[in-house]
Amino acid sequence: MYMPEILSYGFMQRAFIAGVMVALICPTIGIFIVLRRLSMIGDTLSHVALAGVAAGMLGGIYPIYSALVFSILAAFGIEKLRKAYQDYAELSIAIILSTGIGLATILISMGSGNAAIFSYLFGSIALVSSRDVLFVMILSIFILVSTILLYRGLFYITFDEEAAGLSGVPVKWLNHYFIVLIAVTIAVAMRIVGILLVSSLMVVPVATSLQLAKSFKSAWLYSMVFGLLAVLIGLTLSFYGDLAPGGTIVISGVVILMVTIFLKSIIKKKEVSSSGMSITNSLSK
Amino acid sequence: MNTVVEAKNLSFQYDTVPLLKDVNFRIYEGDFMGIVGPNGSAKSTLVKLLLGILKPQQGTIFLMGQPIEVFQQWNEIGYISQRVRSFNASFPATVEEIIAANLYHEMGFLKFLRKKHHEEIERVLEVVDMGDYKKRLIGTLSGGQQQRIFIARTLISNPKIIFMDEPLVGVDVASQEKFYTLMEKLNKQLGITLIMVSHDLGVITEHTSRVACVGNQQVFVHSSKTFNEEQYIKSVYGEKTKLLLHRH
Repeated sequence: MYMPEILSYGFMQRAFIAGVMVALICPTIGIFIVLRRLSMIGDTLSHVALAGVAAGMLGGIYPIYSALVFSILAAFGIEKLRKAYQDYAELSIAIILSTGIGLATILISMGSGNAAIFSYLFGSIALVSSRDVLFVMILSIFILVSTILLYRGLFYITFDEEAAGLSGVPVKWLNHYFIVLIAVTIAVAMRIVGILLVSSLMVVPVATSLQLAKSFKSAWLYSMVFGLLAVLIGLTLSFYGDLAPGGTIVISGVVILMVTIFLKSIIKKKEVSSSGMSITNSLSK
Repeated sequence: MNTVVEAKNLSFQYDTVPLLKDVNFRIYEGDFMGIVGPNGSAKSTLVKLLLGILKPQQGTIFLMGQPIEVFQQWNEIGYISQRVRSFNASFPATVEEIIAANLYHEMGFLKFLRKKHHEEIERVLEVVDMGDYKKRLIGTLSGGQQQRIFIARTLISNPKIIFMDEPLVGVDVASQEKFYTLMEKLNKQLGITLIMVSHDLGVITEHTSRVACVGNQQVFVHSSKTFNEEQYIKSVYGEKTKLLLHRH
């Protein structure tokens, strides 16, 4: 049976399996982040995850485990600080972001594995192990099932938190659970996309889907389709060009966004000119 | 007449600023009550207290005869807040998705919309005369149309009382007329008790059955028929104030 060269390598098969999962979960969480205007949370938690990776390498622990623990703790830290600074919600994010970067810098300078850190920063396809794939699969299924089950509540909170609370949606509990889902998504996605670009994969496919969406459900589905396209194209480019996959995936996503905006503007112009024509025709009659 | 909302010895202050002091009043089943008062007089605060969003420092609120702390039937209470239309205009949600969100408790564990839920959505859209807008994105509707959709969202849970906080801000005059026609339908035909904060004194006294005046940390309730608008304005803005009655 014919198999493209790219899929004949075990490491590429693993990268594609993990990549597809990441392509589904990042926009799934991203759509709620974007619509709640919380894009900075993704960046913050991924910087804390970097400190977790460095700590794991220093302590001889599987770095993704330590990144997961660090980002979940940071997620709760943000929630806790938000209560202390109720009128300056973004301050809690800035404090955790600074802590994450500071801690990561110290821990990285204490260690000697800078090349390995580099692979976590920008993503890697050659280094995705079977253990990574298993970890990504289990947690991705957990994230997808959680989001599908909690979709109605998350949607209502995203649109109108006050009304959601009054209609019986457990707002506080869902907010806590959601921020843990963001932290888990970052830990899952960082092996492929890299810590610095995780939040981009959460945001860019969503931005593209918002150009076309005719409902919330369609925005979610389109964002997953655009995420998948970006990951598949990005991984292929990464393989043939020997480039870091994080960069190729995100840039593929941005190109898809630009093409979508361009095509949409052409269609809109055509619609305007054809409706203008029909008005002129009816007037001339 | 059944009392559906009661405030007993209610006092509330923000930090050290007292806003309401030892307030007592009742709202009866079938009332259409307008809440009026100058800016900053605690009209919205009063509504939030009656809904349990804010907690009073002193006093008790009863909803349908039960103290608010133990009240459970929140699906029977509707609330349209002042900020309801302050959502992001390009939010990708259809009218149907927004109304369905209020069926959260009816959807069961998996939160799937069943046939009866779709029928309910169609019914409430017909009530607010927006039957053709089910699949439209909320951001593409006018202010008046959005307001009707949020009323439909409230109606989906079959409320007995609806609280509205300045629902007509930013809504054009023609839509305001339609709004009051709809309110009359909800109040008279469906028997829903309506409580509405408004700054438009003339219009509110024309349409409501009773008026609650909020100011000087007190709440006074009058029948709309006996409410003296001129006297009220003088008491709020001073004796020298004169009403300029005119028609557009």
